[in-house]
Amino acid sequence: MARDVAMKRRAFLAAGAAAIVARPLAADAQEVHDIRPIVDAITGGAAAEEGGIEIGLPALAENGNSIPFTVKVASPMNETDHVAAIHVIAERNPRPVVAVFHLGPWSGRAEIATRIRLAGTQKVTVVAALTGNRFRIARKEVHVTAGACLDEGSL
Amino acid sequence: MSMLGRLQVPPAVRRGDVFEVRVIVQHPMETGFRRDMNGREIPLNIVDRLACTYGGREVFRVEPGSGISANPYFVFPVVASASGEVAVEWRDDRGATGRVTAMVNVVES
Amino acid sequence: MRRALLAGLLGVAAIGAQAAEPARPSPLKEGSDFQSADVRALQADDFANPMALWVARGETLWGEARNGRSCSGCHGRAEASMKGVAARYPRWDAGLGRVVSLPERINACVERQQDAPRLAAESDDLLGIEAYVARQSRGIPLAVSIDGPAHPAWEAGRALYFTRIGQLNLACTQCHDRSWGRTLLGETVSQGHPTGWPAYRLEWQRAGSLERRLRACFNGVRAAMPPYGSPDLVALELYLAWRAQGLPLESPAVRR
Repeated sequence: MARDVAMKRRAFLAAGAAAIVARPLAADAQEVHDIRPIVDAITGGAAAEEGGIEIGLPALAENGNSIPFTVKVASPMNETDHVAAIHVIAERNPRPVVAVFHLGPWSGRAEIATRIRLAGTQKVTVVAALTGNRFRIARKEVHVTAGACLDEGSL
Repeated sequence: MSMLGRLQVPPAVRRGDVFEVRVIVQHPMETGFRRDMNGREIPLNIVDRLACTYGGREVFRVEPGSGISANPYFVFPVVASASGEVAVEWRDDRGATGRVTAMVNVVES
Repeated sequence: MRRALLAGLLGVAAIGAQAAEPARPSPLKEGSDFQSADVRALQADDFANPMALWVARGETLWGEARNGRSCSGCHGRAEASMKGVAARYPRWDAGLGRVVSLPERINACVERQQDAPRLAAESDDLLGIEAYVARQSRGIPLAVSIDGPAHPAWEAGRALYFTRIGQLNLACTQCHDRSWGRTLLGETVSQGHPTGWPAYRLEWQRAGSLERRLRACFNGVRAAMPPYGSPDLVALELYLAWRAQGLPLESPAVRR
């Protein structure tokens, strides 16, 4: 009996140790940054209108290294009324500004697609800069899980 | 071998229609936060600028950060005006550059 | 005399039963079946699949001469000459006197035919040529030979497959035969078939070989990773390819 307990405990400890080592970066190990200064720098302090932006992100991402990401902003995209820039901010990434996209009336649509990295579960914020010094803002939450058999990038 | 990239545009589009440009670049987009097997930090190395011209005029630009995945992939729309060359150029923070081109054939609607 | 003969026959039958072919999972499911919808979509997209970058590199290298000889110089168009080739690897190589994986066979050509230094394991060039060659066998069922001189390697691979290893004291069979389809640390366990290699693994953020993936398995059960080129790894690759026979090659694949 004691031997069974000892063996189960050893297996449990080994599994626990492995689980700790296998997940060096838990989903909330990185801190969430206050991104308001970043948003303020984009808008020059002006208020951003909520909504009007469709953010395409899976609710659950298997691997934080490569997550499909799309943005669609409703806009006529003509000379006087178009989206000039799309800013992507990830609050828990060590460098929260993921990318800045520049579009214009020649784009026809205010849409982009790419693949991004997310350092754990967090909200992704998109700020669209429009003509006439107008701004729109939207957010979406993504849960990010880590894989099991990590070789920690080792060759 | 120079920085490899691939570009995809539709072979033919109608004037005034919006078409999609797809581009992918082979680049590790090294964040600067990873460590090698000896525990040493692998330095930051990312593509920090990618731009597309169409008929010689810039129609798209992105400033990627280290939050863009390795082997950066972008899809963006362009309004078809005249037949011509779509050219995508990029550079990384060490000055390495790459360029891919494709022809778009614009037909009258 | 007849009793001795009968006992001998029964003995042989007993040994035969022990050495009978191990059961394969049923139904057989290829690697992409255990990936997320996004990973499957990425793999199926010939442009967005990052492996296309390595295939393009391989296509360029195929035509490039080293010391006056290119792959195409002997093999012509890969679409024709390499069709079905990757589905037969690993295989016994008479020239090298051992079972070799596809990248090992590519390097043998580089050394012997092009008189050039070996391409480094996991280098973009070697992965590129491997991806380009493997691409020509996409859709073709795996069909390796374990007869004759290849048989000892198959037996060694099989023995390793059923041996408990590492701090976690697990054998491949425990996850990939008994627990496939169940989850481990948020991931669905696959049947462990080598149908997609070389592949782009999101975890690595680059292309890699089956050898690299198997080393990661060893790391996953907290066992020492066999070095690149280890006979253990190629024997295991041969066993896995035999175990997956009939499944079509998906190379070059995307994996999480």
